[in-house]
Amino acid sequence: MKVEIKVPAVGESVTEATVARIIKQNGSFVEKNEEILELETDKVNQVVTAPEKGVLSLLVTVDQKVKISEVIGSIEPASIPSKPQSAPAAVEVKKEEVKKEVSFVKEAIRIPTEQYLKEQKKEEPAKKMEAPLPCDKKAPCQTPSGKRVRMSGLRRTIAQKLVEVKNTTAMLTTFNEVDMSAVMKIRSDQKDQFEKKFGVKLGFLSFFVTACSSALKAFPEVNAYIEKDEIVYNDSHHIGIAVSTEKGLFVPVLRDCQSLSFAQIESEVMVFAKKAREGSIGIADLQGGTFTITNGGVFGSLLSTPILNPPQSAILGMHKIQERPVAVGGQVVIRPMMYLALSYDHRIIDGKEAVGFLVHIKECLENPSKLLLES
Amino acid sequence: MSVSVDNKFDLIVIGAGPGGYVAAIKAAQLGLKVACVEKYQPLGGTCLNVGCIPSKALLQSSEVYSFTKHQAQIHGITFKDLSFDLKKMMERKQQIISSFNQGIEGLFKKNKVVRIQGRASFISKDEIEITTLAGKQTYFAKNFILATGSKPTPLPFLPFDEKQVISSTGALSLTEVPKKMIVVGAGVIGVELGSVYSRLGSEVIFLEFLDRICPTLDEAASKGFQKILEKQGLKFHLKAKVVKGERSGSGVEIHAEIDGKIEKFFSDVALVAIGRKPYTEGLELEKIGVKQDAKGFVIVDSFFRTSNPSILAIGDIIDGPMLAHKAEEEGIAAAEYLAGHSAKVEYMMIPNVVYTTPEVAAVGLTEQQAKDLGIQIKTSMFPFKANSRARCMAEEEGFVKIVARSEDLRILGVHIVGPHAGELISEAVVAMQNKMSAKDLSSTFHAHPTLSEAIKESAMMIGSKAIHL
Repeated sequence: MKVEIKVPAVGESVTEATVARIIKQNGSFVEKNEEILELETDKVNQVVTAPEKGVLSLLVTVDQKVKISEVIGSIEPASIPSKPQSAPAAVEVKKEEVKKEVSFVKEAIRIPTEQYLKEQKKEEPAKKMEAPLPCDKKAPCQTPSGKRVRMSGLRRTIAQKLVEVKNTTAMLTTFNEVDMSAVMKIRSDQKDQFEKKFGVKLGFLSFFVTACSSALKAFPEVNAYIEKDEIVYNDSHHIGIAVSTEKGLFVPVLRDCQSLSFAQIESEVMVFAKKAREGSIGIADLQGGTFTITNGGVFGSLLSTPILNPPQSAILGMHKIQERPVAVGGQVVIRPMMYLALSYDHRIIDGKEAVGFLVHIKECLENPSKLLLES
Repeated sequence: MSVSVDNKFDLIVIGAGPGGYVAAIKAAQLGLKVACVEKYQPLGGTCLNVGCIPSKALLQSSEVYSFTKHQAQIHGITFKDLSFDLKKMMERKQQIISSFNQGIEGLFKKNKVVRIQGRASFISKDEIEITTLAGKQTYFAKNFILATGSKPTPLPFLPFDEKQVISSTGALSLTEVPKKMIVVGAGVIGVELGSVYSRLGSEVIFLEFLDRICPTLDEAASKGFQKILEKQGLKFHLKAKVVKGERSGSGVEIHAEIDGKIEKFFSDVALVAIGRKPYTEGLELEKIGVKQDAKGFVIVDSFFRTSNPSILAIGDIIDGPMLAHKAEEEGIAAAEYLAGHSAKVEYMMIPNVVYTTPEVAAVGLTEQQAKDLGIQIKTSMFPFKANSRARCMAEEEGFVKIVARSEDLRILGVHIVGPHAGELISEAVVAMQNKMSAKDLSSTFHAHPTLSEAIKESAMMIGSKAIHL
């Protein structure tokens, strides 16, 4: 019996994907769960694996658009690899396909002139011939050099979404700073014990996530979003953690942070980081966030204004910890300081709440005992 | 004696013209079990037997004669007692056809396409009955490709007898050169066959209903072409509506309405080349729900599927230009589709060639079409007079015209009147298929001295200026 390979559901809002890469060629022998091809969607790249061991027949080519649950190939079960690329197998498959009468070819074959011209316009309005810039006699003439690379689906979506956020929200940012001494002291005191006990390192993130959860509880608007004329308050604190990878920025979501321990947070974050590096983050990992934390500090940023992740209404920006002279009790002392930024949608969150939210986080981090008492 | 006949196939192609036989071979190469039905004994359809190939053979023969008679002296070559033998010309033509007939049979064998001779008629959507001299036989297939082509359209009041009132088919096998020939319809077929007999000594008069010859051509090409043909002695009556025709004695009398007046034309032979109509006789398409439009064209979707989706149709029986290479590409694409591969047939990229002297060739949009589509364009026209190779050849008539989109100089159409235009046009097709701009083309090397430099210069005129003009 042939086993069909279907496009897996990659998430609620995703109905279409593009074949980004074919890993196993048509007619090759594959083991069960072996990677066959990679799909690219608006949100994430997803690897499709073999549902069965056998000879693979693929019905798609690179750059082809496919729909969710569309059959994109099949596996003829076989226990041992037949001769690689065995021709008979391939021919068999083709005959099977024809029997079905309805071919799986989805893209129109006949392209009338009008349609051709229309499509050309839509797809490539500009393979523009740039006239070389007239040479300015004072400045050396710039010869256009470099290359053009087609944007990936992910990049296009990012670009589109970011501009959309700017255009559709009343976004602004408030700042504060936090003295990290207390958190750093707990970390250095507890890190060995913590790692021994839970098998993960005690990082900063667990403090921030817990502090945010505490603040979200105190300021529920920050965990809410606008839907038409209504404000939807989220009961759970699903906090997205922005992770930068070669393929772009991913924001996996830590679910129900209000009930997560430090150890649970650290171990989940570690799993996400690993998945992100391997490119195996699934769309389910990315959905349902109610608030986001991004850390520009890992790249050395001292201060930045993050952009909202819609439909969420706020995002916290962490930054680099830097020793700075600060005044404490009338004395100038050197403290490990971090600037915090909270970008928020002013349509739903007032300045008072936004500032209060950030101050709440600051206080939790400067006096971690507060976390114990308030969460 | 009973012979068990293998009568079940993945695909049966009906018609072995350039669309059908190519589709059959391609499908077989893609692993399908294929048969191809053809009612005539020779394979190859209209194109090979009564179309492209024989007409080109005669065009070549008549051109050699005409060139020797009129042009050779330009090169300092003169003849005494120059003559030709029409019978030999026809024999040579027939030899070419026969060798290709056998060639296709060989290709069928090589690719294991089963050849069935007889008339096909559908019993159900997966069953056809083939009527042969020996009787009837039923064949089954999961899919069919209809590729039965087209036939010349006669004038309603003047049916073909293929002696005096001839179609293109008759014109390809006349036994003597008529003194006077009327050609009704100055389309591609008309001017090609009219040229053949004009070169061999006929007085050829065209009666064309429209206001210009070869109306699908760009207007400038059409006008320029007409002037060149007139210099060769062909006579054209445009906006001439043929209203009556009858055989009179050993000739034909044709009445045409020109400028509101009826004019009478007499000739030995009248070639009626007013178009071709799709040929689906005897297939019983209505039985299997395959719909045709009012003109008889089989209606297909964007996958060549007829209204009965397991049955596909290609070539002259569906819409689009009636050209062998159009049918071929469609045949290949339809076979690919049935084998589960994707394919593309872009109708804008179909070149069209008139094999007269000089040749005329075109691809893409005419200036008028581009304007009608609301596209801002730039056009250029480079004459072969300014091309060194054309001068060496003493074939200086004609030009290369390019239609390009203003915004990015993308080439949308190329129209060539001139020596070997049919060969030159391929460069334009490749450029257009690859979405090149006139600037891309003008910065491409072209060997010197060649005719193709005229294309380069014409492309330069779009972006900036030609060098040699």
